[in-house]
Amino acid sequence: MSERENILGRIREALKVSAPLPGTHGEPVATHTVAESPTSHAREWLPLVGPSVEAQFDLFARNCADLKAGFQLLANRDELKATLAKIATAEKWSRIASHDGELSHFASQSLGLPVLLTDKGYDVQALEKCDAAITECDALIAQTGGVVVTSRSTGGRALTILPPHHVVVARREQLVADLPAAFALLQKKYAPDYPSMISFITGPSRTGDIERILVLGAHGPKKLTILCF
Amino acid sequence: MTVTLFIPCFVDALFPRAGISMVEVLERLGHKVICPEEIACCGQPPFNSGYWDEARTIAAPIVEKLHDAEVVVIGSGSCGAMIKKFYLELFAGTRHEAMAKQLSERTWEFSEFLVRKLGVTDLGAKFPHKITYHDGCHGLRELNIKLSPRALLGKVAGLELVEMKEDVCCGFGGTFAAKFPMISTAMGEVKIGNAVETGAEYIVSGDSSCLMHIQGLLSRQGKPLKTIHLAEVLNQR
Amino acid sequence: MSTFVSDFKERAAEKTGDLRLRQFIRTALRGYEVSRDKRKGAFQSWESARQAAAETKWEAINHLDTHLESLVAKLEARGTKVHWASNAQQAREIILKIVTDKKARSIIKSKAMTSEEIHLNHALEEKGFTVIESDLGEFIVQLRHEAPYHIVFPSMHLTRDEIRDLFQKELGDAPSNSPEDLTMVARRVMRQKYIQADIGFTGGNFAIAETGMISITENEGNARLTAALPKTMITLMGIEKVLPRFSDLALFLPMLATAGAGQPMTCYNTMYSGPRQAGEADGPEEWHVVLLDNRRTELLADAEQRDSLSCIRCGACLNVCPIFRNVGGHTYGTTYSGPVGSVITPHLRGLQDWKHLSNASSLCGACTEACPVKIDLHHHLLQNRRNASASQPSFFERLAYKLFGIVANEPRFWWLAKKIGWLTQPLQHAIKSSALDPAKAWTKTRDLPPQPRESFKDWWRNRK
Repeated sequence: MSERENILGRIREALKVSAPLPGTHGEPVATHTVAESPTSHAREWLPLVGPSVEAQFDLFARNCADLKAGFQLLANRDELKATLAKIATAEKWSRIASHDGELSHFASQSLGLPVLLTDKGYDVQALEKCDAAITECDALIAQTGGVVVTSRSTGGRALTILPPHHVVVARREQLVADLPAAFALLQKKYAPDYPSMISFITGPSRTGDIERILVLGAHGPKKLTILCF
Repeated sequence: MTVTLFIPCFVDALFPRAGISMVEVLERLGHKVICPEEIACCGQPPFNSGYWDEARTIAAPIVEKLHDAEVVVIGSGSCGAMIKKFYLELFAGTRHEAMAKQLSERTWEFSEFLVRKLGVTDLGAKFPHKITYHDGCHGLRELNIKLSPRALLGKVAGLELVEMKEDVCCGFGGTFAAKFPMISTAMGEVKIGNAVETGAEYIVSGDSSCLMHIQGLLSRQGKPLKTIHLAEVLNQR
Repeated sequence: MSTFVSDFKERAAEKTGDLRLRQFIRTALRGYEVSRDKRKGAFQSWESARQAAAETKWEAINHLDTHLESLVAKLEARGTKVHWASNAQQAREIILKIVTDKKARSIIKSKAMTSEEIHLNHALEEKGFTVIESDLGEFIVQLRHEAPYHIVFPSMHLTRDEIRDLFQKELGDAPSNSPEDLTMVARRVMRQKYIQADIGFTGGNFAIAETGMISITENEGNARLTAALPKTMITLMGIEKVLPRFSDLALFLPMLATAGAGQPMTCYNTMYSGPRQAGEADGPEEWHVVLLDNRRTELLADAEQRDSLSCIRCGACLNVCPIFRNVGGHTYGTTYSGPVGSVITPHLRGLQDWKHLSNASSLCGACTEACPVKIDLHHHLLQNRRNASASQPSFFERLAYKLFGIVANEPRFWWLAKKIGWLTQPLQHAIKSSALDPAKAWTKTRDLPPQPRESFKDWWRNRK
């Protein structure tokens, strides 16, 4: 018998005795079927998000500030271009990385710098030498100040984690209210053929492993900037 | 009402003042207090050590004797939790199961009995001291006792309550205190550190067992803080 | 006394004597508590969220076979190689075979308590492979050749000065003792290691049965890099990590962050559903997922304590535990320390050898109150005590309780016991805390209360 069958056999044997329900302090149940998913009401328990788009952007901005992520709500593409140029100058970018995509293409090309595109394969050492990554995203989440990226929509796995500054360019309509909405969006967009990596990024890379003092840029980007128009 | 008062073993032997205060407080409220002499201990020491047969030997006569009482009042959150909660497990599937359930429903911890059953908070007590309150963990987490002692203390004339910064165990834990004295002592030191920080003169608690441990440490370390059972505070005129 | 319990007591005595360390740990965990309470307060209903999380894990664990089959079918359909390991040795052999077949030299790891559980690093290093822990805290304890102090904060027992000295000695690079500078040293050291590593090794926080994904939670980005750059990825995970649905993560991710570290969300929550897929830019060519039993099925068979398999390893119970706070993580001598470790270790490694961990508790219940999935932790400690005493009672302890029962049930004996106690008080006082004192365990650090001549029952009788 394979180990798989051994383990599954032990599991089935063990489950012949039913276990007490959680929160009942030991009262056993004969059978228990879960009528609906216990998490289907998660929205009612998670941190509150206002109904209006303005309130949601306001919350997103406050969360970004708490997370030490940069966030700017811009009027149009011209402002996006100007803001990017300002950051590039201030940080003395000499090369950047990006991926295929209408918005990421516009943003990365606007700087006139050499751009490494990761989509069709790339040299890791070259990506490591880039000053910044400019990517799109699948969603912004008001509730958490987070950004959703995937291996399919944002240039693979390394682009959004290896360069020291990750700049996300997004459109206003990409903001979703909360985590349940983000998961629903991913399900609608991809199921059943999900990208091999989906990442919820909430603020720049951080650690508190030395005396629990917050340090940004432990391994991933030291900076995360979200530019939305 | 006829109140059957359950006096825990260490209250009987070591802290009779706490028991006497409970009798006097209850009688002053016009209740008839009875106190079955043949009951010495709830059986928690063997139960907590894993010796459930031995615990049942002690607890079974109690269940038989008290399950018909009008109300059982007990001046300890820990022994209260034993009777109200753990007897149900101890006697599950035995002939005492139904009696244990009835006893559980009729048993009240002292402060809860006053506040929730009788609806009394003002006992006319006077205790002009700064105090802090220690929640025994069994009372706090098994029986959810938090508000009742404070409601009662709030009505004591001259008393000032200063809360400690954290709800942390004092480290007594029954036989744990003797089996792992170094850990128990370390926990107790944290507790008295928190209590000293409040600037209180007294640590008040509804559990004499916690106070025995806390007082033992205070006394050994020569700290001026004193300990006193809630019932004794409520009985001060 | 078994060596396990005497070792435990020895270490506990040593650690509780270290007042500086105790204060240091306490301050750190108080800081955690403050931020956790703030994040809990942001939930509209933390209690409802806990109940739902507990029910979701109940559903997952009580239908573990079907969920695992679904998980594995989905993973395999997208090219992931799934391995099953009944015990630690099988898991090590599977992993060793993969790295040997790949002719790997260096392996970069992100944090995985399961790898501590099967002593993987030792097995790999013994065969000549280079293993690098990439999580900063894990990297620090690896340099010190010690086990993680805490399942979430591995190096929380070390001061910045100690870490500076360590980096100076081991890496020859420590510009100052500032956490920022020291973190940047580790970042620099690690960067090239990622690029050179042949194998990326990770653990897993949640496995989604519905979609065939493994979700990894981390703050630093080291797991993201581990899963992005090396050509081969290996994930080792306990079989109990399943969640039924993708959308369950919408609740579990913020709860894990809140309970575990007082954060609203951990920085990176990443769901992997396969190796690099057609059309994708990068990622490992091969992904091996190793599912580990290692006596989890024995825990599953104990219906009473089955809920301890719901554990999401957030560490909340450790953080609030007054025992953990005073003795620290290394005292336990187990992979999983703190309350949950004391509950499950007797199941995973033998009840009689590890029952002392269940005794080393005041049963205060702070752990149960803190647990985001409502594991009945402190009651399980009681059940372990019961099971241990039932299967192998201590002769003297049982005798003592039998005698105590006789005394407690007979008022005359009880009266006599009190009288003897009162009469022998002066003697007890004379030998207090000496080797002769039968109550030495108490009196070494604490005074006994003076026993009054008149007990309550004396008073009651006289009054009548």
